[in-house]
Amino acid sequence: MSLSAASFIFAFDSCSYPVQHDLKKRKAQDLITSNPVLKVDQLETTFFLKSGPFKAVNRISYEINQGQTLGIVGESGCGKSVTSFSLMKLIGAPGKITHGSAKLNGVDLIQMSPGEIENVRGGKMAMIFQEPMTALNPVLTIGYQMSEQIIKHLRYNKSDARNRSIEMLELVGIPSAKDRHDSYPHQLSGGMRQRAMIAMALSCNPQFLIADEPTTALDVTIQAQILELFQGLQEKLNMSVQFITHDLGVISEVSDQILVMYGGQMCETGNTQDVINSPRHPYTAALIQSRPKLGQKVSRLKTIEGSVPAPHELPQGCPFATRCTRVKTECWTVKPPMTPITSQPLRAVACFNPL
Amino acid sequence: MTTYILRRIIQTLVLLVVLSYLCFNLMTLMPGDPVELMISSNPKITAEDVARLREFYGLDQPTYVRYQRWVSTILEGDLGFSRTYRIPVSEMLGPSLKYTFILSMSSLFLSLLIAIPLGIYCALRPNSKFDYIVNLLSFAGISAPSFWLGIVLIIIFSVKLGWLPAGGYQTTGMVYENIFSEILDKAKYLILPVLSLSIQSIGRFSRFARSAMLEVMRNDYIRTARAKGLTERVVIWRHGFRNALIPLITIVTLSLSSVFSGALITETFFAYPGAGRLIYTSIIGNDFNVAMVAFIISIAMVLVMSLIADLLYGVADPRISYE
Repeated sequence: MSLSAASFIFAFDSCSYPVQHDLKKRKAQDLITSNPVLKVDQLETTFFLKSGPFKAVNRISYEINQGQTLGIVGESGCGKSVTSFSLMKLIGAPGKITHGSAKLNGVDLIQMSPGEIENVRGGKMAMIFQEPMTALNPVLTIGYQMSEQIIKHLRYNKSDARNRSIEMLELVGIPSAKDRHDSYPHQLSGGMRQRAMIAMALSCNPQFLIADEPTTALDVTIQAQILELFQGLQEKLNMSVQFITHDLGVISEVSDQILVMYGGQMCETGNTQDVINSPRHPYTAALIQSRPKLGQKVSRLKTIEGSVPAPHELPQGCPFATRCTRVKTECWTVKPPMTPITSQPLRAVACFNPL
Repeated sequence: MTTYILRRIIQTLVLLVVLSYLCFNLMTLMPGDPVELMISSNPKITAEDVARLREFYGLDQPTYVRYQRWVSTILEGDLGFSRTYRIPVSEMLGPSLKYTFILSMSSLFLSLLIAIPLGIYCALRPNSKFDYIVNLLSFAGISAPSFWLGIVLIIIFSVKLGWLPAGGYQTTGMVYENIFSEILDKAKYLILPVLSLSIQSIGRFSRFARSAMLEVMRNDYIRTARAKGLTERVVIWRHGFRNALIPLITIVTLSLSSVFSGALITETFFAYPGAGRLIYTSIIGNDFNVAMVAFIISIAMVLVMSLIADLLYGVADPRISYE
């Protein structure tokens, strides 16, 4: 308990820096003019289970511009990870991408053949995983695992690949990178492993990076270091990032925009500060309210009543209807469309009765 | 590493002594001793003669004394004399070990060659039709008794089709022109015994390979490997199989430990002059010296192979260290 509370404190601290605000604002303006690096349109991923088909990702659309970070937030099982795996085409049976497109620099990833997507994965588009403990192969050295990717995408020879991976390990702040290069994953601490994962993901100069809860498995001080490193590198390399987390504190620090998901559907999007400061969707509001506040001692945190309904129990209309305090009759039967909010740029909410 | 190996070798030696002493005791517990067999065909022999013979061969001594004597002659390099065959054990054991070795190794290689790709293929398509069929056949193979399998093979390939000889190890009275015609002729006699041995182990190995691979392919690092853009072939073999090797080492090395002790039923069935059959006939015939040496070899192979397995773990899995 005390651990997770501390993580919120740190997140709150950093997002209240005025400098950060200015930076975010400037970025938000850039974004209106530039072309999106990633454009996801009506993406739908269905799992064909014995109990029937289940849409883990239900027609979601978003864009990420050059150098921008989109944070995807939601509870476990809301489809945020499945969205990322869909982009990488790493969905295995019984799952399948059943609709929509995801264009990276105008080329649709979904339509790519297995050979074509292999050339994109790890190259132009890379991914960092949640569990640094299990995401690295235990029987191969860190250097080997990095080099094989570099050899594949940058077509380096062995010794160049070695130099490149040592250089990347140095870049992510791993001390005595040369020795660490020949270490096995179990010889590194969790934080070091996540650094190595980041180094690996960035080794082939990706334009687009998916970070799937990269700090969830780490303790708070390491979390702070990794996030700082991450942001620094993103700015340096001018990458577009899709950052997935359930930690609102983390997301308000790293992302320019937020996409809130529930039950495989989009609830709300917008610039980070707008969404955090004035949530419109009842689910977003409930999420924000359930965070502990700095300097306020409460015996019990606010929670969202109930739990995420099982796939076959999802209502026909809004997926959040079963737990919503502002539910109206039409919510149960009609899916609320994403409605833009004109007063704020890029803001949209899927609710019949927004706040 | 060196201290670990040394420690293990000492352990192995101690175990070898303990187990061989146990075997020696078991042999003496068997009804009938060499003298009894010697005299059974000679009605003129008297009780005093028997006692003298017992004393002469040292059979009147307690077991531990006899064991001591046996060990010291073994250590001198003398494996003793076969009572039934009337030749030194070393001369007799050599060829049969060679034949058994050829038989078991061929069967092991054949089964691994088929079973591992089969198991991996199934693991990559779990619960597919192919997987179910292989599963069914594997269990059929594992459950089929080897004597039954042997009969079926002989009926089909020797009796009905007449393609292969039903037993033996080479064509009787054949004069080989060169080494190739010899190999070719002997290979013909190997096919059926190897098949009957392999059908069982293919089933066993493929199930093992399947479950090992299935477990490995569920790991996060497999997803990482795919996310790096590696081809499926590299993901499966370099990242998947490399990890599945660790449990496979156990079963393969343990199977290797029986390459010298042979497959008793199969060898007997196909009248193949291997060690399995030799051990069997020597025990039945109270041929002490042959049986003991064969026991020692079997025990030593299991111990040595488990040591090799442990060392191989260290090679296959960097997390295991023997420092």
